[in-house]
Amino acid sequence: MQNIFSLISGIFFGVGLAVSNMISPAKIVNFLDITGNWDPSLAFVMGGAVIVTALTFRLILKRPTPIFSGGFKLPEKVDLDAPLISGAAIFGMGWALSGFCPGPAIASIGFLDEKVLIFVITLLIGSLIGKKWFSRNSDVN
Amino acid sequence: MENFTPISAGIGGILIGVAASMLLLTHGRIAGISSILGGFFEPNENNKTWRILFFTGLIMGSSIYVIIAERFSEINLNPFQLDDQSHLTLLVVGGLLVGFGSQVGSGCTSGHGVCGLGRLSFRSLVATVTFMITACLTVLIVRNLIGG
Repeated sequence: MQNIFSLISGIFFGVGLAVSNMISPAKIVNFLDITGNWDPSLAFVMGGAVIVTALTFRLILKRPTPIFSGGFKLPEKVDLDAPLISGAAIFGMGWALSGFCPGPAIASIGFLDEKVLIFVITLLIGSLIGKKWFSRNSDVN
Repeated sequence: MENFTPISAGIGGILIGVAASMLLLTHGRIAGISSILGGFFEPNENNKTWRILFFTGLIMGSSIYVIIAERFSEINLNPFQLDDQSHLTLLVVGGLLVGFGSQVGSGCTSGHGVCGLGRLSFRSLVATVTFMITACLTVLIVRNLIGG
């Protein structure tokens, strides 16, 4: 039953991406194209979202537990490391080449466009490789 | 800047922030798309139901809005106006890099950019600045290569 809130959260997220047209790769690339015909919209999307999360997360994390589960599952690492920086750098390159990051790509599956589906399939393959590579390396540490 | 849409961008951003808050409050989870996706590849992760439902909602929300608001014509999948073959190549290479990079770097635009910055995480700040820089440089390089 509590999983209904996961569905609702996904719906809000999907509507948010669609309202702001972050599901259009051209709008993403126009944001990244700072020396060209720059479109700052993405900064307003991220800004709007961060204003909300910066306010709510503090309050929510004061609770001993979330409403429907035994504890908060938050990232535990605090130090910078090579996987973080190199992974982010690689992610940025792929984001710029395609105009897609994971959220908008998955949110666009319903349009049944073959190009979107090809991106999502390669996204899954890349994620699987990254996950395997990453967990093998974290085992060593 | 004729394509700049600050109001719809701000509204969309707030909705995304509300979505992330709801997931944290109810499930205690960070609404990072790549982390939610990565959970499907973890053999020890037994609870995949909420992940499936979140993605179902994500697809529903975006599809329903685009249909009702008739915004389909505003979606442009081919930012660099390439021919089909070159565009497909960029999508395949891009998908692999986005998938690999977000798993190795523990997050993407949503996990680091929205939730991480909201938590005032230094790792997320550094990750966000890093991917913004490489993304801007990549666009600059591609634009120059295609002479656009």
